[in-house]
Amino acid sequence: MSSPKQALTHSASSADTASGSSPGAARGAHGRLAPAGTGSWRSRLYRWDMKASPYAFVSPFFVLFAAFTLVPLLYTAWYSLHHVQLSGLNHQTWAGLDNYKNLLSSDFFWNALRNTLAIGIISTVPQLLAALGLAHLLNYRLRGSTAWRVVMLTPYATSVAAATLVFTLLYSWDGGMVNWVLHFLGVDPVNWRESDWGSRFAVSSIVIWRWTGYNALIYLAAMQAIPADLYESAAIDGASRWQQFRHVTVPQLRPTILFTVVVSTIGATQLFGEPLLFGGVSGSKGGSEHQYQTLGLYMYDQGWIIGNLGKASAIAWSMFLLLLIVAAVHLLLTRRLRKSS
Amino acid sequence: MTTSELTLPRNVRAKRRRGRTGAGKQLHAGPVTYVVLTVFALVSLAPLVWTAIAASRTDRRLAETPPPLWFGGNLFKNLQTAWDQAGLGTAMFNSVVVAGTITVSTVLFSTLAGFAFAKLRFRFSGLLLLLTVGTMMIPPQLAVVPLYLWMSDLGWSNQLQTVVLPSLVTAFGTFFMRQYLLQALPTELIEAARVDGASSLRIVWHVVFPAARPAMAVLGLLTFVFAWNDFLWPIIALNQQNPTVQVALNSLGTGYVPDQAVIMAGALLGTLPLLFAFLLFGKQIVGGIMQGAIKG
Repeated sequence: MSSPKQALTHSASSADTASGSSPGAARGAHGRLAPAGTGSWRSRLYRWDMKASPYAFVSPFFVLFAAFTLVPLLYTAWYSLHHVQLSGLNHQTWAGLDNYKNLLSSDFFWNALRNTLAIGIISTVPQLLAALGLAHLLNYRLRGSTAWRVVMLTPYATSVAAATLVFTLLYSWDGGMVNWVLHFLGVDPVNWRESDWGSRFAVSSIVIWRWTGYNALIYLAAMQAIPADLYESAAIDGASRWQQFRHVTVPQLRPTILFTVVVSTIGATQLFGEPLLFGGVSGSKGGSEHQYQTLGLYMYDQGWIIGNLGKASAIAWSMFLLLLIVAAVHLLLTRRLRKSS
Repeated sequence: MTTSELTLPRNVRAKRRRGRTGAGKQLHAGPVTYVVLTVFALVSLAPLVWTAIAASRTDRRLAETPPPLWFGGNLFKNLQTAWDQAGLGTAMFNSVVVAGTITVSTVLFSTLAGFAFAKLRFRFSGLLLLLTVGTMMIPPQLAVVPLYLWMSDLGWSNQLQTVVLPSLVTAFGTFFMRQYLLQALPTELIEAARVDGASSLRIVWHVVFPAARPAMAVLGLLTFVFAWNDFLWPIIALNQQNPTVQVALNSLGTGYVPDQAVIMAGALLGTLPLLFAFLLFGKQIVGGIMQGAIKG
């Protein structure tokens, strides 16, 4: 999860600077190093080394990617067109589009899709807003600024499994901390495990807790790159702190914000561990009424609990399609935003 | 990021700051800021502290209505039970092996590829880099069904290599190292080594690795955290017979041991190694995440 977050940011801007850095240099060195006569095999070896080693250096990544992502991805498509059962892995029969038809006519699939979107929204939006505010505060000159940052990042050190186990207990009906606090505030206890929106909110809160500090650090890094004179001129124009935040900070952060939205969306479409463990013993169902069964959870349930790997493959590809649609919408929105501004 | 300002004499800094009133960056935090930050910090830490409190109580006590707010006397008993019954001893050992192997190999391969992308000229390098970054979009769910079938065919189910092999290098690591080496490794240094007739491997060993060391350390930390916490593929590929920490916690959560205090003790044990890492290297981890966000 962590990895894609950071790096995508600058892919586009930096890709084009990659190649141009040392062309002349390499050629120059090479010319000097091919003395005539003595050991021409040596200079040939040298030339070969210059040519081949870049490919050798990048090949582990591409070989491993091909073996463990690309080929499996294509096989998943192949399996999604077959009947594959966990109980008889070697008996695979052609199914055509049966698995997909089966999905489209399944209430559970649409339910999982709706849940994924709903939980995605109620976990991403508050998370990013809170992260933005937190980053703004961390951007002040603080006593012990590093310590504050580390503290905000500690939830990120907690695994999905550990965090969910703890939150499940905090949200429990009997003796749960959350309901106890609500009682003090004069609010009726909520059945966090069984109610529709209560349970979805509870699952979202785990995501929010784990990722807010992380996103705040990404925003903070971007804030520190904003030139100070923008604030100076805003201050000269008499802008208050809040106005500066709205009219200088937020517009300057727009690329970073869009980036975190994309990454959080990718994360949200794959949501799996939190709802699984929140459900306890029958976790893969996503609650008694499937009220928080996400697509990721539905896939696991169909594939490894029910044992229908063909259908699970079809669900995996639907998740990918969903992601591509979201990416396309995002691209359109970005373009429109850019045009309008 | 602020090092240049920190090295300036105090009075110069003060003067400069006065000239820049309004810039959020230079403003001292007021008391309200500290109060709000404290609230954020409490929310971040309270669940972890409460895990330890719950782990020191009994299952019965945790079901009663004012939930416990302070430590009880059962911490070591519960830790012992979690360690024995949920196989956390094996799990810890396995997680160290898995995350350790993944970390070493990811840092090594990422540095090599990052160096090639940053400083070497070769055909299609721009396209290959774009491809590398693009692979981060692909959800892991798309690979798990065939991987599971193949690993079963090989008779590898429930063995550690199943979870190690697919994670030996990451696109993120490659990109991270490229971004760092682009700035940190002077091209002249490589040229000079070339003039001396050094082979590419020698250059990697004697020039690239020394220059890349700080970023390699940070990438190692980030990779270790990521590998330690990886969830989806391990719970498919492994079971309670030979678990990683996350698999063991999953078994705990799905009723393997029906005692909430023991479950909390397990969650605590499974998190402690990373909390220690944060205590020791928190500054570097924070720096690494922020670096990943702005470099480029």
